[in-house]
Amino acid sequence: MAHAEGQQHPIGIYLKIWGLLFILSAASYLVDYFHFQGYLRWFLIIVFMLLKAGLIVAVFMHMLWERLALMYAILVPPLLLLVLMGIGALEADYTFFTRGVFFLEQLF
Amino acid sequence: MTQAIQTDTVEPVPLPEGLQGIVADWSSDQRAFKKVPWGKAMMWIFLVSDTFIFGAFLVSYMDVRMSTTDPWPNPSEVFALTLWGHKIPLILIAIMTFILISSSGTMAMAVNFGYRKDRVKTFVLLLITAALGASFVGMQAFEWTKLITEEGVRPWGNPMGAAQFGSSFFMITGFHGTHVSIGVIFLVIVAIKVMRGDLDRQRPGFLTGRKGNYEIVEIMGLYWHFVDLVWVFIFALFYLW
Repeated sequence: MAHAEGQQHPIGIYLKIWGLLFILSAASYLVDYFHFQGYLRWFLIIVFMLLKAGLIVAVFMHMLWERLALMYAILVPPLLLLVLMGIGALEADYTFFTRGVFFLEQLF
Repeated sequence: MTQAIQTDTVEPVPLPEGLQGIVADWSSDQRAFKKVPWGKAMMWIFLVSDTFIFGAFLVSYMDVRMSTTDPWPNPSEVFALTLWGHKIPLILIAIMTFILISSSGTMAMAVNFGYRKDRVKTFVLLLITAALGASFVGMQAFEWTKLITEEGVRPWGNPMGAAQFGSSFFMITGFHGTHVSIGVIFLVIVAIKVMRGDLDRQRPGFLTGRKGNYEIVEIMGLYWHFVDLVWVFIFALFYLW
């Protein structure tokens, strides 16, 4: 019976991931606290964010132990958001440019 | 012919793994998501749709932040608190982050003890999770109040710079806070079910009529971890960027 199988793992793994998430959160807070700027700041923020997200999905949400069919069905579609992000960035750049032109014309 | 009749009773064929497993799972008119309860697969599908909602919010936030010609207010200063005479940047948000992560930890352990049929521990852990979630919402209410009354942030403008700051902030954190609040309510409901022994006795649920089962604790957990997951992205992209 499929229903008899639950996700059963030793408690220790949750405690370890919990600790790891605490460390990563503290690290991302310190990025702000020590005023890192520019590419270093963005790089660190993104790295810590993706590590935390990965740990939560993989262990807390048990994705690590699911079958590949479920993994791909859930994790691949959100990648489409990267396309939306690209389109958004292009559009925002253009809007910024036209606003710049418009406000400059008003000045002179 | 006898072979075909026998297939119903013989041991099931072992499922192929890897890419072959995907093809086998999705093909020939059968259940695609094997080895997961129906409710859990559906919760995952719902979470994908929710991912797109928050994804759309965060992309629109990126869009307005990139396209504005006004300076963006510095979140590090806007969300600073003065504690014991020191101005500490972003401290409330950091505390909220730790609280939500802790609630995720207790939730994961509740799921674990649920499958071990340890009713009391599951109940207590679920209640701790709900309490942490409620305190998160409380801090968010405090944060909103401070922002609206002291800093004068409105969805259509603020004294610090770009008007889009307020609209992005209220929409994104408001939607996330709503998710947390709904989660707290459901956590309490699941906790009561656990404590009453509904899940051991397979008592039908009041809404769905489905038999009670400890799977619902894990399904609840998926939703709760997702709320934490979204906060990870909001914390990084809105507060730290």
